[in-house]
Formats: sequence, C-alpha cells, structure tokens
Amino acid sequence: MGAEAAIELLGIDKSFGSVHAVRGVSLAIGKGAITGIVGENGAGKSTLMSILYGLYRADAGEIRIDGKAVRMDSPHDAIAHGIGMVHQHFMLVDTFTVLENLILGAEGGALLAGGLAAARAELERLAREYGLSVDPDAKVADLSVGEQQRVEILKVLFRGARILILDEPSAVLTPQETDQLFRILATLRERGVTIVLITHKLREIMAATDQVYVMRQGAIVADRCTAETSPEELAELMVGRKVRLQLDKVVARPGEVLLAAEHLSLVDRRGVRVLDDVSLELRAGEVVGIAGVSGNGQTELLQILSGIRPPTGGSLTICGRVVDGHHPSDPAEMRALGLAHVPEDRLRQGMVAAFQAAETAILGYQAEPPFCRNYLIDAPAVGRHCASLMERFDVRPRTPGLLSSSFSGGNQQKLVLAREMAREPRVLLVGQPTRGVDIGAIEFIHRELVKARDRGCAVLVVSVELDEILALSDRILVMFAGRLMGEVAAADADERTLGLMMAGAHGGPKAAAGA
Amino acid sequence: MSVPRRPLPAWAEIAVLPLVNIALAFLVVGVIVRVIGADPLQALKLLVVGAIGSSESIGYTLYYTTNFVFTGLAVAVAFHAGLFNIGGEGQAYIGGLGCGLAVLALDRFLPAPLMIPLAILAAALFGAAWAAVPAWLQAWRGSHIVITTIMFNFLAAALMVYLMVNVLIAPGSMTPQSRGFAASASIPAMHDVLAAIGIRVAPSALNLSILLAVLCCFGVWLFLWHTPWGYALRTMGHNADAAVYAGTNLRHMTMLAMCLSGALAGFVGVNELMGVHHRLVLDFPAGYGFAGIAVALMGRSHPLGIVLAALLFGALQQGGAELAFEIPTITREMVVVIQGLIILFSGALVNMPRPWLQLILSPRRGGEGVK
Repeated sequence: MGAEAAIELLGIDKSFGSVHAVRGVSLAIGKGAITGIVGENGAGKSTLMSILYGLYRADAGEIRIDGKAVRMDSPHDAIAHGIGMVHQHFMLVDTFTVLENLILGAEGGALLAGGLAAARAELERLAREYGLSVDPDAKVADLSVGEQQRVEILKVLFRGARILILDEPSAVLTPQETDQLFRILATLRERGVTIVLITHKLREIMAATDQVYVMRQGAIVADRCTAETSPEELAELMVGRKVRLQLDKVVARPGEVLLAAEHLSLVDRRGVRVLDDVSLELRAGEVVGIAGVSGNGQTELLQILSGIRPPTGGSLTICGRVVDGHHPSDPAEMRALGLAHVPEDRLRQGMVAAFQAAETAILGYQAEPPFCRNYLIDAPAVGRHCASLMERFDVRPRTPGLLSSSFSGGNQQKLVLAREMAREPRVLLVGQPTRGVDIGAIEFIHRELVKARDRGCAVLVVSVELDEILALSDRILVMFAGRLMGEVAAADADERTLGLMMAGAHGGPKAAAGA
Repeated sequence: MSVPRRPLPAWAEIAVLPLVNIALAFLVVGVIVRVIGADPLQALKLLVVGAIGSSESIGYTLYYTTNFVFTGLAVAVAFHAGLFNIGGEGQAYIGGLGCGLAVLALDRFLPAPLMIPLAILAAALFGAAWAAVPAWLQAWRGSHIVITTIMFNFLAAALMVYLMVNVLIAPGSMTPQSRGFAASASIPAMHDVLAAIGIRVAPSALNLSILLAVLCCFGVWLFLWHTPWGYALRTMGHNADAAVYAGTNLRHMTMLAMCLSGALAGFVGVNELMGVHHRLVLDFPAGYGFAGIAVALMGRSHPLGIVLAALLFGALQQGGAELAFEIPTITREMVVVIQGLIILFSGALVNMPRPWLQLILSPRRGGEGVK
C-alpha cells in the first residue's frame, strides 16, 4: 500500500530524558481513508502525532508525505504540507463569532472586512462540499460542544488541510454528537480527505475507521484492517492481556435511604431554570445512574448534592442532615457526614495540578487526622497515605512526590477515586467516572465502584457514556433539560429506550414501549 | 501541548538562574554608568564595599533587609492565595500607626517586656485591618484587589499626614512628628546588644527587629506548607474550584490571606519606629511596600528565597547610598534605576536566560515531561 500512502513514518524514535516515549515506529496512513491509532493513555499516540505535526522533533526516523521525505520543524511546516490537527481541547475564542475564529491567524490583510468576506464565501463552499453547516455569525460560546468541534474542523480545512489528525475527538462529546462527528468524517473521506483518528475507545475505532494501528508502550504492536478485527482482540492488544469488557456483579440489596432530594430546583444568575423539580432517592448498597446528554443539569445536580452550591428551591437530606434555603451546607460538612464526591472535571475541581500527588491525595481531608495533628500537617503520614492509595488503586508511577499534573488522565482519576473511597464513605457521588480513562483503568474503576456498593455504600454515577450507565447501574434516571424524565430498572433498560428519554421524548419505558 | 522544554536541574533553578539574571542586570547598569561618565568597575567596587565593607555598612544592610523581608513575605503570602497585594506600603504605614498609638498610650505605664510585644501586636492588627478592607471588598463585592490596595496606599498616606499634622504632633513641635517614645518602647539596637556580650561593632540602625523577621520567615514557611489552613490557602491560589470542592470558604480564606499579608507588612513600622526613630514620623515606609513585590517575585515567594532577595535589596539600598555619596554623577535616582533593572531582569525577564542555561547545563537529556 506504499504507493497510495499519504503519510509514511519510518523508524520514528523519541525519548524524554529516561522515558522512551516512541520506539522505532513505522506506519503508513492510506490516502483518502480513515486510519485509527489506538492505545492506552501514555502509549505514545499523542507524542507520535505531535512529531508528525511538528510540535516535537523526533530523535530518529523519517517522515514522508506523498512519498517525499520532509522536515517537520514546526506546525507551520505541517500546515504547509496540508496536515491539520484538531486538538482534544478546543482552541477557540469564546467571545468571537465562528467567522472571526475561522480567520484567526489568517486574517488576510490589515483590514478585517476583506478577509471576512472571503472567509464567508469559503465557509459556504466548505459547508456545501462537506456538509458541515455552522452559523458563521454565531458566537462560539453559544454553540454546543459538537458544533464547536465542527468549527475546529472547519478551521483546519479552511487552511487547506488534506490530511486531518483528530486527537481524542469524542472525549467531550455525547454519543449522539460522536455519531454526528463520524458521519462528517465519512463525508470528508468521500471527498478524498485523509483522516487519522487517535482514540482509546474501541467502539469508535470499530465504527469509523478503515485501518487501525495499535500502540503499546511506545511501539506499534499490531496493524489490522478494521473489518477483520474485533473489540476484544483490540483490547487485548492494547492492554497486553485479556480484558473483560463485561462487568460481573451480583444483584443489589438496597438498604436505608441515605440521600433524598425533594423538588430541587436551581435558577442560575441569568435567570435560567437549570434544575426543575428534581426528586430522587439513593439507598445504601445500590448504584443509581444518571444518564443524559451533557449540559442538561447533571453538573449542577452534582454541585448541589455535594454541597458546593445551594439549591434555590426544594430540600435535600443527606445522612440525616437537611439542606434547604434555611440550612445551607458546605462541602466540608457533607464530607464529615460521610459523603464523598468524585467531581466530573478532575483537573478543574478534583485536584491541584501544581501540587504533589501526596498533597492532592488529602484534598478536602487536610484538616483531619491522621494527616493533621496539633494543627500541623504530618508530611510523612501524608506521603505514606498516598503511597498506600497508589498501591491499592494501582496508580502509576507510584511516586507521591511527583506533581499531580505529571500523571496520565487515568492515573489522575484513580488517585482522586482512591482519595474519595479511602474513608469508606456512606454516600459516593461520581461524575463521569471514566472520562479520558483507558480500558484497563475503566475495568478497574468499575469494579471498585461495584465493590463500594456491595460494602453498603450508596453510589450515584453521573455519566454521558450510556454503556457505562448500563454496565454499572441498578436503577437508571434520565435527565433532560434540568428535569428527570423517568426511572428505568437496569434489567429493563436498553439503549433505544434511554436514548429516546435522553432526547426529551416523554415518559418511562411504558410510554417508549407504546411508541 | 507546548513546545518541549528540558527542565533545569533544581539547583540551577534556585541558584544559577537568579545569579545570571542579576549579572545581566549589572551588565546593563555598567553600560549606563559608563554613559554618564563614571567608571563601572569603580562604581561596582564602591557599591560592594558600601554594602558589606565594614561592620557599620553590614549593620545598615541588614537593617534594610529586615524591612524587605517583612514586605516580601507580605506579598508572598497573598501571592500563594492568588491575590496580588500592592498595598504593602499603606499596610506598613498603618501598621506603624498602630504601633505608635499603642506606645504613645501606654509607654509610661508598661515595662518593656509587656510594651514591646503589645506594640508589635498593635502593628500587626492595624496592618491586618488596613488589608482587611480591600479583602472584604474583593471577597463580597468583587472589587479587584489590585485596584483597591493601590488606592488604600494613598488613603493611608493622606490619613497619616492628617493625623501627624493635626492630632499626634508633639506640643510645640514645628515638624510633624510625635513626642519621643519612652525607653520601655525601644527595641534594643544590635550594636548595644553585642556590646553587652563583649562584641564591639560600629553603631547602625540594625536592631532586634531582625529576629522578628527571622521568626516571620519560619512562621510563614510553617503556616503555608505545614498547616491545613496554609494548604487550603495554596489550593485557593492554584485552583479556586478545587478549593471550593475541598470545602474551603473562599471569602474567609481571602480575608485570612490578606490579613496575614497586612500584618506582615505592618511589622515595617516596628523596625522603623521602635527600632530606629523612637517616635511616630511621616514617610517611614519609604517604598519598602512596593519593593516587597520585587523581593517576593525574585525569591519565588518562598521564605528562603525572600531572605536572599531581601539581602540583595538591602545591600543595594545601603551600597547605593554610599555610591551616590562617593560619585556625584551617580545620584539616588541612579540607584533606583539599578534596582529597577534588577527587578526587570529577575522579574519580567526571568525566563530569558533559561534556554541558554538549558543548552549549557542539560544538553540532550533532562527530567520528565512526557505525555
């Protein structure tokens, strides 16, 4: 296939200090095809793509575009060779319109008007050709996450890219948005665009790609035609051992009610009703899953339940403590009552990137023994605590002194989870338990959550991953537009029913069954 | 994903980089000195000898250092909480007022062992109170603390002039200063203390306030890195969302950080009034509050770094005064220029020599930095 390869990498090698991140990788990306690169976090996918995009320079090896050897000293070179990258984290200016974002860095003259007019025409052409419709005059801040990603793709195409690299594009998308993205990618492929998809989600590889390379520990370990492989085989290749994608668990035996929310409502500063009459019960020894498209009030619900934000209406009883308009709560008090909270966004809330892992491992518990004695923090005790958490939850590397930000996403998540579960809480709130986490770690995190449940902990899982909700939950609640659409027992749940409820089609399973 | 950067070894980060920065600043200073017609090498020699050439000059250098440590720590504590306290000048001023009021009210009745701690406490309380108002405005009203603390510097100066001219002026005095403090409110000078144990040094303004500065360094270090409150304060500074998640009340923590910061700045009043002037006077903060920002910046907001930076600034202050005295073409303003250049090179341009050092010190390989 060498003749039709858009990109060829030959013997690419890269080390950071003592870490050998990419080991002699050779691969060929077929022209006009979608090629997937899978691997766990830290397998070297992102480093490899950064080399291709000119962000890093390889220690050894050769890059060939359309059969010609090229130098990639900066993203500038990459763009000149028609390579565009859509980053995992969007690089858009929120307060600018789509059009203004599009021409950022390619304004085309001292006065904006000319560039804007040209860009508008080009945008219309791209929208027609690739079916990528976005309102050019909408402010980016007003767009959904899926639309923002479309703008990122348009930005790259606008600069004339014929080769598109997407780094974990679905990390921030809902299942529906992901499906939409794949439809877009398919259209792009028909128009002859070459696409490289970096992900650790096997479902996406199976759904979208033609060809897949598997990376493990910096090296390519396998090269498959997507039609001839299976998720199980890929998982095994990625992790290097057999992985159970199915979660085994016994039937839940729910006990007393530990958390009861009654008619919770929340009106935000702009006067928008973010939560509307939300009532739910959480019992000891069960896992309740809250499904829903991201941005339908789940974030705010978690904030209220964990005491970070007071509700504007309704009341809440957690472990016997009442929270309402007259009795505000704070997270410290909730924690003391036995509530633990793994926040949705671990980097923004759950940890302090600039702290050592050991310090992050006591966040929220810093004033409690054994970490604090006689008003002083006992550093050796904190270090030992962190080391034991790392041991129990298999956090790698096992270095409490390392900065929290130096760990991979999965290991950060395991550290936060370990911290919150270490005290054997009575109620555990978990937001997006496995966002950005690799397969090996997902398996582990799910098992730990079920273990907590079996110990008698009341677990509330909020996730936009329907698979995850289905795998973990004993009961499933679906949120849409700030309201609970209904409850489904896990045994009766299927993706279609839940999907309808997530989209706001009314009613529980009965109504859906009638439809 | 940023361009890869080989990190420097820790020792280079702490020791070599600041030294290179200072050397660069002095290089530019040398050019300027040359341009105004003086001999740079001679000027450097005068500066160094003026700062550390005799026991007297060392005394003065350490006396200035004491003030810089107080204001440097003040800025650093606020920094760690993510707050930029530009109001050290005003807090020092009002801290001094508190110290002076306590002494003027009580120095006839209390013996030194009671009077001095009480006056130190008063300085801390007044400094903290002056910082508490901008802190409250920030925490509850959302007024930006940079703006309010700057304004509070002017308020403090105006208030002090009013009080000194109209209220606290000694009866019959022509200059705006209070009556002299009683002996019980005097912090012993270092040369007297040393003489008492048989070591003779030349008299200088250095007094035992420097011990308070050392104590404050230790206290700040202990507080920030070894107490749960310091932990929460640093969490807020790095990541306010994580602090809320952890149960920290951001408003209370803002108040705490600023009050501590103001109290530390207020100690400048202790050194100046009880250690040197022995009466309440005008204009004693003399820019220490602002220089504290540079000291904290240069000292990387760590007490140890702040001590080193404060020593440098103290030496510049003292050596610069000597320099201005010896070479007429180099005025006091030139010394301010030198300080300004050092601030420029070790603050704004701190990372400029980093790539060169990386080339020299860690060629090809360095620490981690993977993803």
